[in-house]
Amino acid sequence: MVTLGDYLFVSGLLFTIGFAGVLLRRNIIIIFMSLELMLNAANLSLVAFSRFRIQPDGLPNYHAQVFVFFIITVAAAEVAVGLAIIVALFRARRTINVEDITTLKF
Amino acid sequence: MSLVLFWCFSLLMLVFGGAVIVNRNPVASALSLVVSFFGLACLFILLDAYFIGIIQVLVYAGAVMVLFLFIIMLLDLRREERRKINLISFAGGVSVALAFFAQLYLVIGHLGDARKSFPPLGSPHSDDVRNVGLLMFGNYNLPFQIIGVLVLVATIGVIVLSKRDLR
Repeated sequence: MVTLGDYLFVSGLLFTIGFAGVLLRRNIIIIFMSLELMLNAANLSLVAFSRFRIQPDGLPNYHAQVFVFFIITVAAAEVAVGLAIIVALFRARRTINVEDITTLKF
Repeated sequence: MSLVLFWCFSLLMLVFGGAVIVNRNPVASALSLVVSFFGLACLFILLDAYFIGIIQVLVYAGAVMVLFLFIIMLLDLRREERRKINLISFAGGVSVALAFFAQLYLVIGHLGDARKSFPPLGSPHSDDVRNVGLLMFGNYNLPFQIIGVLVLVATIGVIVLSKRDLR
């Protein structure tokens, strides 16, 4: 049988992939996609816990699913704003490589 | 049966999630991300969260990925040229990620519930959307309204940001 630990393991692995992408890649759009992967890994563990904690009436714990819905909405808004910032940045600098964007570097 | 499906979809999700960060071509990365999100939606449906699974496909594989592909093609990004990789920072990044995963693995190992399998649902056909909707418009009405305002603010922000001359 599939256990709760399996889902948490897969979710942790997905989060690690996203984390490694943020740390290793230099392309700002790929970094943004890795952030989405990390958000989705968190969603997966929330839904797994929601299914695991069965309520007394035999239904999953829907509070977690409402929370996941809110996370998806906020993530979609964040993607729109972030991509607009990337487009503005590209217009100003003609680059999307984070190594070339060092104005704020001390 | 559900064990086989679980590992199939997790493998699909993880392999294409890895392809997102390995690919040099941004368009290929974005398309791998679509497949990865699709595998994730299948996992949600395996967990009896039908509403979240459908929302995942509609919002991520539909709206968000179209936005990503549109921006990649608007900026006309080519396959990025190979740069000299700073070996120390590369090794540092990999080791931080691995250390993070090792720690997470230990925490999951110590969790008492992690070895238990999922208890069966009370009835096999739960009307998922109705229950989520009741909770969202009942208990979480105020956060729902706030999310609406947030989306409006994001829309206006994007329009302001993408104007040519900011005043």
